[in-house]
Amino acid sequence: MKADPHGVLTGTHFLDGDHACCEGALAAGARFAAGYPITPSTEIVERFAARVPTVGGTFIQMEDELAASIALQGGVWGGAKAFTVTSGPGFSLMMEHIGYAAMTETPCVFVDVQRGGPSTGLPTLPAQADMMQARWGSHGDYEIIALCPNSPQECFDLTIKAFNLAEEFRVPVMFMMDEVVGHMTEKVVIPPADQIEVTPRKHTHKSVGDYLPYATNGDMVPEMAHAGEGYKFHVTGLTHDERGYPNMTPQIQDKLVRRLQNKIRSAADRICLFEEERLDDADVVVVSYGITSRVAQRAIDAARDRGLRVGKLRLITAWPFPEKKIADLAAHVKAFVVPELNLGQMVREVQRAANGKAKTFPVSHAGGGVHNPDEILNAIVEASRC
Amino acid sequence: MLNILGNPLDDTVNPVEPFLRSDRMPHIWCPGCGIGTTVNSFARALIDSKIDLESLALVSGIGCTGRVAGYVKLDSFHTTHGRAIPFATGLKLANPKLNVVVYSGDGDLSAIGGNHLIHAARRNIDLKVICVNNLIYAMTGGQTAPTTPGHATTSTNPYGTFEPVFNLPHLVEAAGAVYVARWTTFHVRQLARSISEAFQKKGFSFIEVISPCPTLYQRRNKMGDGLDTMKYYKEKSKVKHGAPTSEVGLTLNGEIVVGKFVDRDRPDYQTMMRAQYVETLGERYIEEPEMECVCG
Repeated sequence: MKADPHGVLTGTHFLDGDHACCEGALAAGARFAAGYPITPSTEIVERFAARVPTVGGTFIQMEDELAASIALQGGVWGGAKAFTVTSGPGFSLMMEHIGYAAMTETPCVFVDVQRGGPSTGLPTLPAQADMMQARWGSHGDYEIIALCPNSPQECFDLTIKAFNLAEEFRVPVMFMMDEVVGHMTEKVVIPPADQIEVTPRKHTHKSVGDYLPYATNGDMVPEMAHAGEGYKFHVTGLTHDERGYPNMTPQIQDKLVRRLQNKIRSAADRICLFEEERLDDADVVVVSYGITSRVAQRAIDAARDRGLRVGKLRLITAWPFPEKKIADLAAHVKAFVVPELNLGQMVREVQRAANGKAKTFPVSHAGGGVHNPDEILNAIVEASRC
Repeated sequence: MLNILGNPLDDTVNPVEPFLRSDRMPHIWCPGCGIGTTVNSFARALIDSKIDLESLALVSGIGCTGRVAGYVKLDSFHTTHGRAIPFATGLKLANPKLNVVVYSGDGDLSAIGGNHLIHAARRNIDLKVICVNNLIYAMTGGQTAPTTPGHATTSTNPYGTFEPVFNLPHLVEAAGAVYVARWTTFHVRQLARSISEAFQKKGFSFIEVISPCPTLYQRRNKMGDGLDTMKYYKEKSKVKHGAPTSEVGLTLNGEIVVGKFVDRDRPDYQTMMRAQYVETLGERYIEEPEMECVCG
């Protein structure tokens, strides 16, 4: 369906990534947000707080991130599209409720504008060191989806995508920004509402008597109902059967947890977005994401100028990891160069997917700034010689 | 006579049965536990107050009382430990037409969820909170709670507790609740009446129900079984409506002051929010979220 025009600020704007993310959420139909202030993400909810009363919705500043990350899920079960935004320390506090959203299949979006860590770390400076936390931070086995924008325009476009994926798969989607992308200001084009596709909630059409909240009817994603509609359904973070009732048997646990994984894994090809450039003749591929992909671009161009056969793979979807794409490339290329603003997170996935068929060269950076393109160029040169 | 669903009363059926998920019985609560008694009073309050069950949602946290959500035939949410109140806050704000009840235990609401309890009371979110206080962490085996009276024996204070305790009515009154009452599981009718009254209030209402845990609290403290506890509640409870909440703290073997302590009015969160937006935004304020657009 098309976006509700009330939330769409059609036009050409000069926005930073945080503000563009907020406009993306509004365009996607988000009408409820619960937040807690934390640099460098707060501008997103500041703008939402200013905008949402004029489009029909609510923002509440909660007492902490634990509260924000569960209040938004109350909002979802009350019928709203909802999200919260945070940065590393708050993201750590939200982990329990990312697990709750995964287990209860609550469609929602968690925005993490990454800064340097661990702990309080570098509040106003960038990092990309929450990538593994986004995937594995809550306990137990589950799958999430994570997207990585590299510009304010993508903060708008991909926030809509994040909401759409959340609704389609009934899964929490992590929107993994970084401080630079959040605070850089660029041109952002917001199209008319009738050119924006939004995915509606997968709401049941079954009658009250026929509705089973967690029956999947063959397509792995159950249909949802909202409180107040007469379905009198039960939702629990306990292992549950198709009725939503707690069931503590290994059989039901296996069935449920495998479905939570498989509903994402089986659709990975469709979920995984990436941007590729000059891969045809490449024998070295630079794999990057977020702000680092823009630094890497310069290194790639410089390497090509030197006659090195280097290509670019930019991950737009980080999770599920596009392992098939990496495996396919590994069969043809010598090496992957993986620059990231952490001491080696996604590079491990690249290494795993390459499975020994191509070498991997991490270009790590502990955060607080971005790479010098020369560091990436040097790694490309080294990789080309291997 | 009609039952809770508006059908003619069948005297072979317990009047609260249509309100329960009978396909989930038997429940997990121990013999002599008071939680089921509180659910019975809650159901009777729903019958008495003729609340529309379709617009009623119930939210629980974790623990023995947290299991209430799983046994009531309502839109019911069994959330995470301590977070029933913020979940309920989101639910209520997204759909203001819902009546939202939070039903949870003393450990869940006042320890791990204590921050949310005081802030929801401060904001005066329109929630009805029923706090079953069994003075202990029961689900996990009888550990000390912020409500465990001094000198009681628990699994984590095997030589007796010595921490000062929370007086919950005093705490929530200070934080801003508009309705505060306390009963024991001996006071089933008074409890049902209080719950009905809370449904008439707009704002943060808090009802504490002192309830036995014969398995872990009464046994360890040599207070007998469930029946002995009923006798204790009967003998030691003193009804003092309007009692200053600063004077209703609980002790190990002492008097239990019960009654309606606070019944006052102040605008609830959504009323204040609306007023502020109308004043500052005027016609630009769009009040009702257009929820229809979310669904396919």
